[in-house]
Amino acid sequence: MNNQRRNVLKAGSGAALMAVLAAAGIITPGMALADWNKAAFDAKSMADTLKALGAGTPVDSKDVQVTGPDIAENGAVVPVGVASSLPNVSMVAILIEKNPNALAASFVLPEGTEANVQTRVKMGQTSNIYALVKSDGKFFMATKEIKVTLGGCGG
Amino acid sequence: MGNPMKIRAANKDGVTEVKVLVSHEMETGQRKDSAGAIVPAWFITELTAKHNDKLVLSSEFGPSVSKNPYLAFKFKGGVKGDKIVVSWKDNKGDTRSDEAVIG
Repeated sequence: MNNQRRNVLKAGSGAALMAVLAAAGIITPGMALADWNKAAFDAKSMADTLKALGAGTPVDSKDVQVTGPDIAENGAVVPVGVASSLPNVSMVAILIEKNPNALAASFVLPEGTEANVQTRVKMGQTSNIYALVKSDGKFFMATKEIKVTLGGCGG
Repeated sequence: MGNPMKIRAANKDGVTEVKVLVSHEMETGQRKDSAGAIVPAWFITELTAKHNDKLVLSSEFGPSVSKNPYLAFKFKGGVKGDKIVVSWKDNKGDTRSDEAVIG
């Protein structure tokens, strides 16, 4: 067993892989994927979050569906999904009203990507979750209450 | 660098569904350890997905996305063998990129 070779591989693999990826143009230097919207993620209340997202007062819409369990036994892993049949959806966001920071995730959907995303979020307590959708420049939303029996944000 | 992501991409009737399972702690910064000290926040802030070289999803996460985040989305187009690249960046500046082919 050639131990030296193993070690060299181990030490080199991280940096080398980055270089290869950079060369292949997968990671371009300074790839600031997008500017993380700190204001929106730091906002505590629903109203502040909507303001930071530039959403104003979204209209409730039947064409936005928010899916999730009625009761989540484990608040640390709550599957939620947002789907919409509205045209030209360019942005989708998931907000949890009673979490310390309401915004959980936001998605920018380029043309061709469907308004249908699923993920998993943490919930500190029973709360309404809001699906925010931007369609043709206007904001729409839908609400669902998820009851949490064991919080996922405490210690 | 983190651990590799699990990425599945499948095309059905002209629509490609991508499922991603990322390996990340997603520490909220609200939790305390046994000594009572706050565990610093450590979470993915941005995640993007590309189909060949075209951006198909750009997302921003907060700390309330679950540990080892799961994400599923769909886009029109894509054929078997096309490349899907998913990249993330966390609040400590760490990044990772993984790829998969549409099956």
